[in-house]
Amino acid sequence: MSQLTVNNLACVRGDRLLFKNMSFALSAGELLYVRGENGAGKSSLLRILSGMLIPEQGSVLWDGRDVINGNEQYRLDSLFISHLNGLKDDLTLVENLRFSSYLATQSSQASQISDALGAVKLEAYAHERVGSLSQGQRRRISLARLWLSRARLWLLDEPFSALDVASVDLLAKRLQQHLQDGGMAILTTHQHVDIQAAVVHELKIAR
Amino acid sequence: MIAFLIEVVRRDLLLAVRRPADAGTVLIFFVVVASLFPLAGNPDPVVLGNIAPGVLWVSALLACLLSLPRIFSGDYADGSLEQMVIAPQPLSVLVLGKIVVHWLISALPLVLLAPVLGLQYGLQGEPLFVLVLSLLLGTPTLSLIGAIGAALTLGSRGGGVLVSVLVLPLYIPVLIFGAGAVVASQAGLEVQAYVMLLVACFLLSLVVAPWATSIALRIALE
Repeated sequence: MSQLTVNNLACVRGDRLLFKNMSFALSAGELLYVRGENGAGKSSLLRILSGMLIPEQGSVLWDGRDVINGNEQYRLDSLFISHLNGLKDDLTLVENLRFSSYLATQSSQASQISDALGAVKLEAYAHERVGSLSQGQRRRISLARLWLSRARLWLLDEPFSALDVASVDLLAKRLQQHLQDGGMAILTTHQHVDIQAAVVHELKIAR
Repeated sequence: MIAFLIEVVRRDLLLAVRRPADAGTVLIFFVVVASLFPLAGNPDPVVLGNIAPGVLWVSALLACLLSLPRIFSGDYADGSLEQMVIAPQPLSVLVLGKIVVHWLISALPLVLLAPVLGLQYGLQGEPLFVLVLSLLLGTPTLSLIGAIGAALTLGSRGGGVLVSVLVLPLYIPVLIFGAGAVVASQAGLEVQAYVMLLVACFLLSLVVAPWATSIALRIALE
């Protein structure tokens, strides 16, 4: 059983202390909402958890092992989707997903990629360049990585932004399935989306 | 690891092919800069022959410098770099792949065009051959060292100018050995020592640059 443990985390951006003494734990099948005003430090928290940002203080443990200074297993087990989509305008949808899937899982099978594009209802655009698509569609390609992922911990920064109602529903279903399969998810969102999970935590970052 | 390197090279080459103008402008810059010297100075064939090694090498170096910010800026702006940094795949291998593509797209065309410009300056026979050889051995070092500078200046305003200030001093040894080889060959001297030094510069930067660049990238994304 995998577990994420956060102890006494403090984060400073510029001269500002965003939060301190933050501790929580997350186990299989659990969902954590991170809430707070704009600039409260939600994205910074996710960037720390992804291993990109080094916290001022505190530790993040994955199955009891430190993740901050590079942890091979954690990199395989976690998936971070930031508010940036990370797509190349000059590549087609399939080419984009092929590379990000290869980066995250060391494999990229054509059948899986077309399945993932099917899941986000973009199979018709598979061989078009991303540059010609709308914001919402780009977000959906980025989120298609969730259908390709084998990671157990998902870190999602505003996953519902720019999505239409049907897509929000699709994503909520995918999240539910992930949690039922024993995955974990941490997400920041301003929207209210109904996601069924065994245990739902809420973390509010106040100034 | 090799498979990953090939995957990175493939992706970046594909991107470069979809944007041919980027590589084209670098090449045109090289030709224009190299052609400015005879216009500004004395177009006497003997004088041109004397300045040819330095002018061609400096032009190639500046053209290479011009294309450096592009190694990482696109991936930084659209968020691809975030995925690369937190991926389970080794970042230094990815960096090496991007450097290989930078060399193939921005430096190799200069090497291939150099004989034509060399001929314009009256270089012939062995000196012309040595010019191409020295560029072939020297430009990979320029791409390797340049990547460190490009990563360090990522996200800073006026990154293009800053990268020049950082990287140009480090280019000096390569410039001296590269242009020196051509000068020596013009004087009928042995060029082996220069060639060995260029190879040494290349090997040293091959070991240091991918590692240093990945550290700089991690800092840039904090």
